[in-house]
Amino acid sequence: MNKKKELAIKYLFTALAFASLVFLIGIVLVLFKEALPIFTKVSPGAFLFGESWYPTAEPPEFGILPLILASLWVTAGALVICVPLGVGSALYLHELAGPRQRAVLKPVIEILASVPSIIYGFFGMVILAPLLQNSFDLPIGLCVLTTGIILGVMAAPTVASISEDALSYVPRSFREASFAVGADRWQTLTKVIIPAAGSGISTAIILGMSRAIGETMTVLMVAGGSAVIPRSIFDPVRPMTAAIAAEMGEAPVGSDHYHALFAIALILFLITFVFNIAAEFISRRFRLKLGLSR
Amino acid sequence: MHNLHPSPAQGQIGLNINPMGEADSSDGKPKISARGVNFYYGSKRALNNINIDFTPRRVTAIIGPSGCGKSTFIRLLNRMHELVPGSRLEGEILLDGLDILAQACDAAELRKRVGMVFQKPNPFPKSVFENVAYGLEVNGVTDRNLIEEKVVDSLKKAALWEEIKDRLKDSALGLSGGQQQRLCIARCLAVSPEVILFDEPCASLDPISTAKIEELILALKKEYTIVIVTHNMQQAARVSDQTAFFLMGDLIETGRTDRIFKAPRDKRTEDYITGRFG
Repeated sequence: MNKKKELAIKYLFTALAFASLVFLIGIVLVLFKEALPIFTKVSPGAFLFGESWYPTAEPPEFGILPLILASLWVTAGALVICVPLGVGSALYLHELAGPRQRAVLKPVIEILASVPSIIYGFFGMVILAPLLQNSFDLPIGLCVLTTGIILGVMAAPTVASISEDALSYVPRSFREASFAVGADRWQTLTKVIIPAAGSGISTAIILGMSRAIGETMTVLMVAGGSAVIPRSIFDPVRPMTAAIAAEMGEAPVGSDHYHALFAIALILFLITFVFNIAAEFISRRFRLKLGLSR
Repeated sequence: MHNLHPSPAQGQIGLNINPMGEADSSDGKPKISARGVNFYYGSKRALNNINIDFTPRRVTAIIGPSGCGKSTFIRLLNRMHELVPGSRLEGEILLDGLDILAQACDAAELRKRVGMVFQKPNPFPKSVFENVAYGLEVNGVTDRNLIEEKVVDSLKKAALWEEIKDRLKDSALGLSGGQQQRLCIARCLAVSPEVILFDEPCASLDPISTAKIEELILALKKEYTIVIVTHNMQQAARVSDQTAFFLMGDLIETGRTDRIFKAPRDKRTEDYITGRFG
């Protein structure tokens, strides 16, 4: 009886553990199955590099370059914000903050990471967009700049938290060795600790980036939604995620539009997949470099 | 129990009597003196009224059981204790007669003069060359030729050059433990210190690597004042001219190494070196 119970428990947990693998495979299969039909209508080249996205026009045009560029622009904007903010806070936490400041700051940063994206979206829409519109005298406040700032602030906690971990993995002994030959704190930080944590910090930045590029609700609210190729940071845009979210409801199941949206999702999936593989690869090299695993 | 490399002063047992016991009377003035040193971690007292002199160009071994304060003490000599928050130091530590704890004394300058080799080899995740050059670079040396010359010279002094001259660009983390420790010694030598502190330098090494490090220490004492913390009494007997025995934060006894091992004056020293505790 007991043996049977143990076996049952074992299989139960095995099943649970493999469930995520099943989900992943399922997602990939569905994405491919639903995405591929569009390429019988539009060539992959025309789809990726086509400059007009008019899925409901007659005849429809399925060029997603404006959407891809929109995603890249807002992600780049987010990077400009989240790298200094995230890495800077990590360095402060690791190097300068006393135990009392750490005790306050670390949880606050983690809470910031858990704020639902719709709240960031609200904030961007109601406060930041009008502010930027007035300060720069723009026709519309919902644009690349607003989105980049909001996404950057959203991604910063991820970058900060993972960078801080990377810094704290750098053995104390490196710091001691550096001080022992007469280096000061700044030299120790820039010449020993940051290089040693470098790939960990890169991983943090890549993960922050995939958070920004995959973000949907916020960009839907603040990016402005216009599917044209952006020419300046003050242009409203429609990133890939926003296009899918906004249009899926009105695309008839099985239509070309429907398959085109799945193809966008597939491309988005591939981009974040590459980001994650890169992050994993870099962080593995990082552990080897510090001699933490072999 | 014999000193392998007898120093010229060794015949003169007990010539100089000072407060800490007999000193090796090489040329009078101590390189480093600690006077009335008390040290606290928070409210816990780790060292009680330590008075000790370190003779120039001699090896002084600090022995004692785990937790006796020997590592704590050696870290005061180049102010490494300042990296640990919440510690407090009372008393005086003099380097060539000048107080290293004074406000005017710059810790980085001090650490260039008083180098340190740690328990676990701690090369940076950089190349062999960069490891040795690091101390020069942070101290503002920019002349590449001078750096190169110093690196080669330091590696030679650390008895590592022959093994490693073709691998200067390789990562230091690929070296064996013993090579890494000698690389750390070379890194320390590159900034031309006057004193080298060894904090249990062989604690993580095999016997052959240990022998190499000991040989190196004996060679280095011709130019440098050396203080070595060790829990290995044979090692203390092999490499040191003088020995200090610490127990529970007190300096129990110091004196010439052969005398300490042959005729300890304090019962506790005798108990420790004969292996009755520790």
